[in-house]
Amino acid sequence: MTDATIARTGPDHRAAFPPATFGDVLRSEWTKLRSVRSTSWALAVTVVLGIGLGAVISAAAAHGYARSSVSGKLSWDPTGVSLAGVAIASLAIAVLGVLCISSEYSSGMIRTSLIAVPKRGRVLAAKSLVFAAVTFVVGEATSFAAFFVGQGLISGHAPHATLGDPGVARAVVGAGLYLTVLAVLSVAVGTLLRHPAAAIACVVGVLFVLPGIAQALPDSWRNPVTEFWPTQAGGQLTSVHPAAHSLQPWPGFGVMCLFVAIVYAIAWTLLDHRDA
Amino acid sequence: MIEARNLVKRYGSTTAVDDLSFSIRPGLVTGFLGPNGAGKTTTMRMILGLDAPTHGSVTVDGRSYRDLPAPMREVGALLDAKALHGGRPARDHLLCLAQSNGIPRRRVDEVLRIVGLEGVARRRAKGLSLGMAQRLGIASALLGDPAVLIFDEPVNGLDPDGIHWVRTLMRTLAAEGRTVLVSSHLMSEMALTADHLLVIGKGRLIADTSVDEFVRSSSQQSVHVRSPQAAELAARCREAGATVRATGPDVIEITGMDSAEVGRLAAAHGIALVELTPIRASLEEAFMELTRDSVEYQATGATR
Repeated sequence: MTDATIARTGPDHRAAFPPATFGDVLRSEWTKLRSVRSTSWALAVTVVLGIGLGAVISAAAAHGYARSSVSGKLSWDPTGVSLAGVAIASLAIAVLGVLCISSEYSSGMIRTSLIAVPKRGRVLAAKSLVFAAVTFVVGEATSFAAFFVGQGLISGHAPHATLGDPGVARAVVGAGLYLTVLAVLSVAVGTLLRHPAAAIACVVGVLFVLPGIAQALPDSWRNPVTEFWPTQAGGQLTSVHPAAHSLQPWPGFGVMCLFVAIVYAIAWTLLDHRDA
Repeated sequence: MIEARNLVKRYGSTTAVDDLSFSIRPGLVTGFLGPNGAGKTTTMRMILGLDAPTHGSVTVDGRSYRDLPAPMREVGALLDAKALHGGRPARDHLLCLAQSNGIPRRRVDEVLRIVGLEGVARRRAKGLSLGMAQRLGIASALLGDPAVLIFDEPVNGLDPDGIHWVRTLMRTLAAEGRTVLVSSHLMSEMALTADHLLVIGKGRLIADTSVDEFVRSSSQQSVHVRSPQAAELAARCREAGATVRATGPDVIEITGMDSAEVGRLAAAHGIALVELTPIRASLEEAFMELTRDSVEYQATGATR
């Protein structure tokens, strides 16, 4: 218990302080992100899955190459094989993105946050920007590492790719970009749905389940889905050889970005108007 | 200075806050009093921009909360001590709040010292007791050294030592010229802490008055008398216009006269008194009487 003076200057100083800036909110969100354990866990899972799983898949595929059919050899895609782990690691990014906002709702922290920053759009913008930046760095590092480790394991057993080959550098960089846009989408969905479990289920559904279900549909239904489903379309950026019934890499990525922008705008509007 | 004008909040068909107008002045501890569910928290949430009023408006120093350029430097608030991320260390919790308003890092350590939490600064929030969490919440309210402070039930979960500390802190903050609004459903607590009272019941304003005046005006005082000639004294008092109730053999309770008047009357008629005690209603009783009134108002549909 201390009777120390609470104020150093007293309430009269109030004219002197500067208004809070967006940069202040960015710093705050960075502190929030780095100070909880779930962040380092999820990023570690992303790196380990991305590189480790990629290595296992690369080694296995390379050893199977010699015994594969002619068509299998024709469609051999060493870049895609080495990035397979990154695609699966996207799940960890999606979960972390959802959690970094929905955990504020489940704990009540969101009220404390919005009292500190009542311009709510700033909270959402800063949170998604910080998380997107972290994901971009980790995502690019993981996909480049996965690519090099994978090609190292493939070479000698099967034709391998180099960054100079057509479309390869774009696919490797694209894998990191895909994760970054996915990060923004997850934060937006977490804001929209507020409940962690519901939001995670929703993102996993969009990412993995619905595209899987589409495979069971007749061609006339399946093709538009594989072409325009946001995560399928965006995923084209990460493949060297475009699959049948799919958009070109950059237009496909554009479709995904447009979808994310729409979800984001809805989340922004709801956050601003709902009682917290 | 906090000013509310015709504040209304409805959730569906329920009216949580019903046409509330008040202004809360600096330099005083204003107790925000009402039974559970009276609308205290909802009102505070509207002051802090968490909930939008259905009608009316509320401002802090003339501006709506959402328009404050650096809100934590103008208003410090503690609504719910457990409204924090359990996995985040206490110090980082304060740091992220400080950073969001451009408050320097060293202030975090200062407020940790003020609330006596330096020792657990690295502990994760879920490892804090409710009392420690309250202190952490108070620390976050003090971060911006604000001129307006809002505390929702700040003594919840505190031990007697902590309660005394909060009381002293509130009084110190008000003495420094700040506006301090403290909600409570404990009348006895407010009697010790508050200078001014804002009493609400069922979302409506019942009283906006100083603590002393509140007790004086809202409850009749009575005089407890024991006398071998109680019956005679009772008759004399009734003649003088007072209300008398026999509460035991030789014991009566007189309302409508103060103890000096009763004493004089007894002396004039040669009545011996064994006991003569003025009974002053406690704040608790005064409050219960008032909220009972508010319920009656509601039941008859009359407006205040």
